Amino acid sequence: MSQPRRVPPLTEPHVPRRLRSSEAVLDNGLTVVAVRKPGVPLVELRLRIPFLSAKPDHPARAQLLAETILTGAAGLDRSALAAAIQALGGQLSAGVDADRVVLTGNVLAPNLRKLLSVLASVVREPAYDKADVLVERERLVEKLGIARARPTVVATEALTVRMFGDHPYARDLAQPDDVAEVTPGQLRALHRSLVRPAGAVLVLVGDVTPGRMIAAAAATLGGWTGRKPRLDAPDLPTPPGGPLQVIDRPGSVQSSLRMGRFAVPRTDPQFAALHLANLVFGGYFTSRWTQNLREDKGYTYGPHSRLEHHVLGSTLGLSVEVQTEVTAPALLETLYELGRLAALPVTEKELASVQQYAVGTLALSTATQAGLASTLSALFPFGLGVGWITTFPELLHAATLDEVSAAAARFFGPAGFTSVVVGDATHIADGLAVLVPTES
Amino acid sequence: MPPKLPAPSFEVVRHTLDNGLRVLVSPDRSAPVVGIAVLYDVGFRSEPEGRTGFAHLFEHLMFQGSVTLEKLEHFRYVESSGGTFNGSTHFDYTNYFEALPANALERGLFLEADRMRGPRITEENLANQLEVVKNEIRVNVLNAPYGGFPWIQLPAVLFDTFANSHNGYGGFEDLENATTADASDFFQRYYAPGNAVLTVAGDLDADTTMALIEQHFGDIRKRRTPKRPSFAEPALTAERRGTHPDPRAPIPAVAIGYRVPDPVAELAALLGMVLLSEVLTDGDASRLQRRLVQQDRLVTDVSAYVGEFGDPFDERDPTALTISAHYPPSTQLDVLLSTIDEELARVAEGGLERGELDRVRTRLVGVWLRELDAVLSRTLEFAKFELVHGRAELLAELPERLAAVTAEDVQRAAATLRPDNRAVLELVAGGAQ
Repeated sequence: MSQPRRVPPLTEPHVPRRLRSSEAVLDNGLTVVAVRKPGVPLVELRLRIPFLSAKPDHPARAQLLAETILTGAAGLDRSALAAAIQALGGQLSAGVDADRVVLTGNVLAPNLRKLLSVLASVVREPAYDKADVLVERERLVEKLGIARARPTVVATEALTVRMFGDHPYARDLAQPDDVAEVTPGQLRALHRSLVRPAGAVLVLVGDVTPGRMIAAAAATLGGWTGRKPRLDAPDLPTPPGGPLQVIDRPGSVQSSLRMGRFAVPRTDPQFAALHLANLVFGGYFTSRWTQNLREDKGYTYGPHSRLEHHVLGSTLGLSVEVQTEVTAPALLETLYELGRLAALPVTEKELASVQQYAVGTLALSTATQAGLASTLSALFPFGLGVGWITTFPELLHAATLDEVSAAAARFFGPAGFTSVVVGDATHIADGLAVLVPTES
Repeated sequence: MPPKLPAPSFEVVRHTLDNGLRVLVSPDRSAPVVGIAVLYDVGFRSEPEGRTGFAHLFEHLMFQGSVTLEKLEHFRYVESSGGTFNGSTHFDYTNYFEALPANALERGLFLEADRMRGPRITEENLANQLEVVKNEIRVNVLNAPYGGFPWIQLPAVLFDTFANSHNGYGGFEDLENATTADASDFFQRYYAPGNAVLTVAGDLDADTTMALIEQHFGDIRKRRTPKRPSFAEPALTAERRGTHPDPRAPIPAVAIGYRVPDPVAELAALLGMVLLSEVLTDGDASRLQRRLVQQDRLVTDVSAYVGEFGDPFDERDPTALTISAHYPPSTQLDVLLSTIDEELARVAEGGLERGELDRVRTRLVGVWLRELDAVLSRTLEFAKFELVHGRAELLAELPERLAAVTAEDVQRAAATLRPDNRAVLELVAGGAQ
């Protein structure tokens, strides 16, 4: 037998290529961020349009707008528009949440300008043809029904309602009855009032020089007009904490536990430490929560904790689906791991691991055209850009044990969370009530 | 005149070690990251009867420690190096992979070599991962509406042999009956170096990397490699129907499966089938989106795809073209089926519209290129094409092959999808509220 094998050390880090990027604000107020990223001969596109509104009828209209914005424009009907995009080797799709509408696309690099022309026709002269709106309205009601049959969706929705009450952030999914009443005229009006260049950002990442991409954007989208819309929404309410809400789903073979609380945004001095503390808790596979609940107990396929950044505030969210029979024990272990992280110091070894992981995975997630485009689009509302991708790793490396432990103490104490669980109440309610105050 | 479609370009260096391990290395310096993938030539189809789900359960055991590494160490070494990992079990193969910063290349190779020498198969690890896998099935299948539909349920209608028709996720009883002896046998039989392909791509030097691979994998003992049986089945001669009750589903769904040409031996015919699936459902201009969604309002959504997981190059023979749809209760299934038949007949008899084939294949090449941008996806694609199709280089030739497909080829493909050779699986919704 030869001598025992040793795990090889890491070698010198490779220095990433510098990205060539450029940013411009067009005369109409549209910001264009362009990054040359070779790799494959494509360009990724994200057009992010602020869409926050406190009007009660807004979520249904916004969601139906996202379903119909690409159903025809500038004289092309739905099918002709789709065929035109397809012929470029391209794609466009629309997504919406409480903060924004995003038009996401990609195209063969030589056809970028043509795709931007199509995009310009969509934002400037959308059809919202009655027949298409009615078709999509019915479909959206059906799709919402399918979504709400998923326990994960029910649990997440219940948690946001409990955290944010009647704030728009609690209404990410529209109500079917509201959707059923939306008219084509209302969609056109909403489009006119919010789909405007000022305040929006177009991110282009791909195998074209930044100068050419910005010129193409200016030539195609420069004629899009409209003043910056007034977006007002109330401040986010403080999540109330309180008893664990038990939502009955008879026959459920798993329970979906969701816990959430306020966090701090990427621009906060404590953010790097919080990001690292979150990884230690449940943000990667090596995390304490995963090792305990999955690799030691086998209670779940996998728990996840994550930081989410909304325009009005950031949140820390915990989610796990556990076998019904072990719901209370899984909550016990979760509370234990939260308390342990908040009350006891993180170790040197844990810190080194999460620092490497955070830096490495940021590099991986921005190593593709699509990943970089999505990241830049998400960073823009916070005043962050390409530079953050280089400076954040420095902040991560500089974070000390004391800082991470302080962030853990501030954000991970179990009492600070608002919590819900969706599961078979007859099998889980009594066990949970032994551990924490509950309500149905 | 076939169109000129862009193709990916890459360099591949190939070598086979003395123990039979096939190695591909592909340098690409565009980002300081590397991908490592090992594919073993065993999937659901090779599971023994009474052990459904075993290939996947075994995949989990490959992460539970190995010759040198304790339980949990594999994860810790990958993640504390700044990387990510995973594995997945397919019909014909099982993959294990990492995406890593380039400076962790040798460490990643060590981790894969260590478990190719042998995983730590213990009663405790088996019991733990049995629970994890059962919870994986609960979250993805048992507790979710449309869970696993149709990849888990359709094969039982479309195919006859145990190998092709059984549930690859496995029944709980079979999973619970699995033993550590089963696991050791499975490893001995299917995880020989000669039954695997290793690919490494990204920010690396090909010669240095090949030397590191020789150093870490070269001394793994050569073992007999299993002879892969043919899983071919005769074509269907009559329509088959099945039902799948789904108590959680709010509206019904249907999956229609058709046998398609051998993906490896008849690639040109398969590509005709792939283009047909795009003509049918890719985007708002496609035939079935227009007819079923926009005009007749028969379905909520519809998709057509080749390959049981939606990847036409992922399986050897036999595989399938599937048309799958969710539909409101007001739609009658037989009306839906006959409308699909009408649209297939329109393609088969009337051919394609002007420009239809070119726009569809231009877009398809865009989709393929996009997939290859991530170093890990590229690494996995190289390995899959090498293992399933015998040549990683085929990946770069696909756009050219696609350009050679004619409208008549697509017409012929459509003509083979008939009511009398399809398998129809109806999902009966029990969750309407």
